[in-house]
Amino acid sequence: MSALLELKGVSRRFGGLTAVSGVDLSVERGEVIGLIGPNGAGKTTLVNVITGVHRASSGAVLFDGEDVTALKPFQAARRGIARTFQIVQPFPEMTVAENVAAAAMFAGAASYGREAREIALEHLGFVGLAEMADNRAASLTLAMRKRLELAKGLAMRPKLLLLDEVNAGLNATEVDHALGLIRSIAARGVTILIIEHLMKVVLSLCTRIVVLHHGELIASGTPESIVRDPRVIQAYLGRRYAAAEAANG
Amino acid sequence: MLSLQILANGLVLGGLYACIAAGFSLVWGVLNVINILHGSFIVLGGYLAFYAYVKLGIHPFVSILIAAPIFFLLGYALQRALINRMIAAPVLLTLSLTFGLDLMLSNGMLFAFTADFKKLNLDPPLGVVSLGTIVLPVDRLIAMLLALALTGLLYLVLSKSRIGRAIVAVRMDREAAALMGVNVKRIYAVTFGLGALMAGASGPLLAMIFPISPLSGPVYLGKAFVICVLGGLGSVPGAMIGGLALGVVESFGALWFGPEHAITLSFTLLILMLLFRPTGLLGRSGYS
Amino acid sequence: MKRSILMAAVLFALLALLPLGADAYWLRLGTIMLMYGVLAMAWNFIGGMAGYPSFASAAFFGLGAYAGAVAQKFGMPMPVAWALAALLALLFAALLGLALLRLRGHYFAIASLVVAEVLRELVNSATDLTGGGMGLNLPVPSGSTISGQAAFFYYAMLGLAVITFGAMLATVHSRLGFGLRCIQQNESAADMLGVNTTAYKVAAFVLSGVFVGAAGAIYASWVHYIEPPDVFDVLYSIKAIVMVLLGGAGSVFGPLLGAALFLSLEELVWRNYLQVHTGVLGLMIVLLVLFLPKGVLALKAKGRG
Repeated sequence: MSALLELKGVSRRFGGLTAVSGVDLSVERGEVIGLIGPNGAGKTTLVNVITGVHRASSGAVLFDGEDVTALKPFQAARRGIARTFQIVQPFPEMTVAENVAAAAMFAGAASYGREAREIALEHLGFVGLAEMADNRAASLTLAMRKRLELAKGLAMRPKLLLLDEVNAGLNATEVDHALGLIRSIAARGVTILIIEHLMKVVLSLCTRIVVLHHGELIASGTPESIVRDPRVIQAYLGRRYAAAEAANG
Repeated sequence: MLSLQILANGLVLGGLYACIAAGFSLVWGVLNVINILHGSFIVLGGYLAFYAYVKLGIHPFVSILIAAPIFFLLGYALQRALINRMIAAPVLLTLSLTFGLDLMLSNGMLFAFTADFKKLNLDPPLGVVSLGTIVLPVDRLIAMLLALALTGLLYLVLSKSRIGRAIVAVRMDREAAALMGVNVKRIYAVTFGLGALMAGASGPLLAMIFPISPLSGPVYLGKAFVICVLGGLGSVPGAMIGGLALGVVESFGALWFGPEHAITLSFTLLILMLLFRPTGLLGRSGYS
Repeated sequence: MKRSILMAAVLFALLALLPLGADAYWLRLGTIMLMYGVLAMAWNFIGGMAGYPSFASAAFFGLGAYAGAVAQKFGMPMPVAWALAALLALLFAALLGLALLRLRGHYFAIASLVVAEVLRELVNSATDLTGGGMGLNLPVPSGSTISGQAAFFYYAMLGLAVITFGAMLATVHSRLGFGLRCIQQNESAADMLGVNTTAYKVAAFVLSGVFVGAAGAIYASWVHYIEPPDVFDVLYSIKAIVMVLLGGAGSVFGPLLGAALFLSLEELVWRNYLQVHTGVLGLMIVLLVLFLPKGVLALKAKGRG
């Protein structure tokens, strides 16, 4: 069986700026893969290319064996690519349940009405928001909104779930709760690609980590090998620190 | 050389258009408000010049100096009293607000001045001037030069004066400007005042060339909008380029398709620009 | 939804009784109110549900009026001419929507506003077909009394209002309406969730065009004579919006309520202050926007809270 997601030489330029450059990446089914890199490394752009928000300037994106390079976001969503946003984006004047029902209907192919609502309630129960179902989405706290994003993502019945900074802005307890949720989503067999700043999260969750720096993929490997990789250390901490590490090690 | 003459006509027209659009573009760019009143302000400025000339013998070029402070105060007060309340409201509501105000103003003008076209004819007329094969009426030429001078003045105010820098700062980043001690509400009112000033001051210029009627308001408004899209939003050079471009296009369009299709031509241009180059000819981005 | 259907059935049944007791004046007023209701309900598809500030109602209205009038000029029976006008408005809205709905905010608003001006100019210059600025006379239906005709056009407008209301109710309680609400709240998020935003917006625009086109055609047959400044009047666009603002976009009855309220106000002004009619309309809009931006139905909600 082929990889679930395959990027072949994907580049994305904005005018003169190359945000993503020649990225080759293959994500197998069932992997929980961490995408890390310093600020401005092109992580979010890469996710935008995968989901069709931006079209790759060159290269190809294959999903489930098919070329999805030219798909629009709604088409990618219907094929099973779901994402959560770094800045959470609910429909503020709709209820929490309606937010999730929208995901179930339009990407998850549930029918309008009772079926969509039942699916929504099921996922809200899973992320612990069941009692908020009929509140306005705008009334949720940040931590709750992040969980709402997860519920929406799940309701899309994704094959691949892209989590963009799902833990940013949360306190330690909330992060632990979110970690538990992501683990149980992975246990259901959903392939996950997670963009994350918190190394604790990446190291404890991911089966593999890839590192993006200046738009290029500079390393890929197990969490243990990544934290020792001199190129990664250099990208994060600067050249001198890397040299000192090498001398000490 | 017919086409050279047409080009010259277009550029003269375009200079006036630049002046019409500069204030409109400024208000749109800084406040993110479309001022539907803009067209009626121009017409009102035209009436002011007409009556000043007919009743008091004041030359229209002098009327500009009278119109400028009056319209500035009018715009300033209007912004402070009404439009400021809706500044963050959805597009539909701000548009409806200025639309309602415009209905009031244009109805008021219709009531006061009737729908008959009024033409300001200078006595004695200024005649024509020949530049090689090109012939241009002197009043038009002077009106265009004054229009360009006014537009240039606005540019200088924005780029050199303290208040102008503050306006530009608010346009770039409202929050940051507020943090640095700029009184945003006051800047909004000054900007709206400047927009009204530009409209009111271009009224006398247009009055020397075109007949004045309350019904012309929407026509000028439409032109200002097309120019903003052509030149890009919120910059004086953009309005200048857009205005000249529209003037030339209308001039040649009238030759090729007939003058009765001016609106269709502008609209086609508008749609093509919006679809293929939404940031305008100069490529600067504005508000959505 | 069942309650809405029941309420609507009672309302429309009562409206159907009007010609039995009303004189010519009230019948004319009733016909205008139903026409306004159609304009408001139709605008609600694109403006209320999808949240796109469309000013294209006047374009659809004028297009429908001229399409129906020209079709009748070529000898087509009235209902066929109306259906053709609706069909033309539908196609026009679909094509226009594909181009304009890529724009947002002010750009969409003003571009949609200009469409009526363009159509007016084209109709003005297509003298052979439309009579140009001279206007177009329509055949007066023969063989019926004046009051019989008045009742006929009243029922035609009522029928159109019922259809429009039904379409609106069905849309609100469907996948389409739900998707439009998503677009209204956050378009790019809706796209990410799998809503085909282009198709949905065009559908909303088409729905907002087709009924207005039919209303224009019925209007043309009713008044026997149309001219470009009359049927492409930008005030049709403004009125549709004001009526929805007045009645509240949130409820299916909002647009109808807004139409009734608006017509009452307009009638008071028309009769007493003919010369300042548009000025008073402007004042009304200003007051409405400043003090009641969510509509009359919001007053009720406020009172409750």
